[in-house]
Amino acid sequence: MRIGVITFPGSLDDRDAIRAVAIAGATPVALWHGEHDLQGVDAIILPGGFSYGDYLRAGAIASHAPIMAEVISAADRGVPVLGICNGFQMLAEARLVPGAHTRNAHQQFIRRDQRMRVENVRTDWTNQFTAGQEITIPLKNADGRFVADADTLARIEDNGQVVFRYIGVNPNGSLNDIAGVANERGNVVGLMPHPEHATEPGFGPDTELAMASGVDGLPFFESVIASFAAAV
Amino acid sequence: MPKAELLDPQGKAVAGALSRLGKTRFTGVRIGKRFEVTVDGEVDAALLAEVRELAVDMFSNSVIEDVVSVDVLDAAVTA
Repeated sequence: MRIGVITFPGSLDDRDAIRAVAIAGATPVALWHGEHDLQGVDAIILPGGFSYGDYLRAGAIASHAPIMAEVISAADRGVPVLGICNGFQMLAEARLVPGAHTRNAHQQFIRRDQRMRVENVRTDWTNQFTAGQEITIPLKNADGRFVADADTLARIEDNGQVVFRYIGVNPNGSLNDIAGVANERGNVVGLMPHPEHATEPGFGPDTELAMASGVDGLPFFESVIASFAAAV
Repeated sequence: MPKAELLDPQGKAVAGALSRLGKTRFTGVRIGKRFEVTVDGEVDAALLAEVRELAVDMFSNSVIEDVVSVDVLDAAVTA
């Protein structure tokens, strides 16, 4: 399976995402925002970072990049797309997932190992989790406050489109403690915390067993590989 | 402008500063954005319509922001 990771001007975590894809056992493909060629990849990751310095709104300018036209049509065809942090903001700006992001309620940039609960294990990016599983992966953002109007919130709660919910601490004031959402079909998932930073022992969050041993991010990538294997 | 029901932490921070300055008559501050788009020559109705469309589709995000007004300024004002 070939998974594309798109680099935008100001992407920071594209290399980590590429590494995570390889660790999970798929072939990473580096893609460039300015092109229209997805190189026939089987899934797409929009990585974290600060594309265009968060100018206009976080993810807004990148959401109009040439390659995003191809990402939108691929998503409509059912190709799995994962947006992480800035990538989540791009998905929201491109209207591929509901909601939007505003400045953290406390106005500060925040970085912490974040606990959250997997609320929906039927998406292409979460099928290797167990329902209600609690995981810890790194979070780091300034504009991470998920917002949507009351009707949209009620709809995505009813549809099971709330895929991840913060537990313990709501780090940014997101409504309903929402950490990540999916489109209705479940092939497009966006979340604020960073699974790609928790895929390799020695470089993840601390666990009760050992420092930096957390690899709770790995099932994201294993899930999309399993989805692909099931579809072929 | 950020939608009325939306938390505007930037505005709240400025409101806090106002009260610390003793400006007690102001009960709230909300902060929006202003875009000045420059063109050569006159602004016709079609161009204005295009800018209104851009204001809704790109300059703002309708999930969190409202477009308050789109006006034509003369060159002397924007220079």
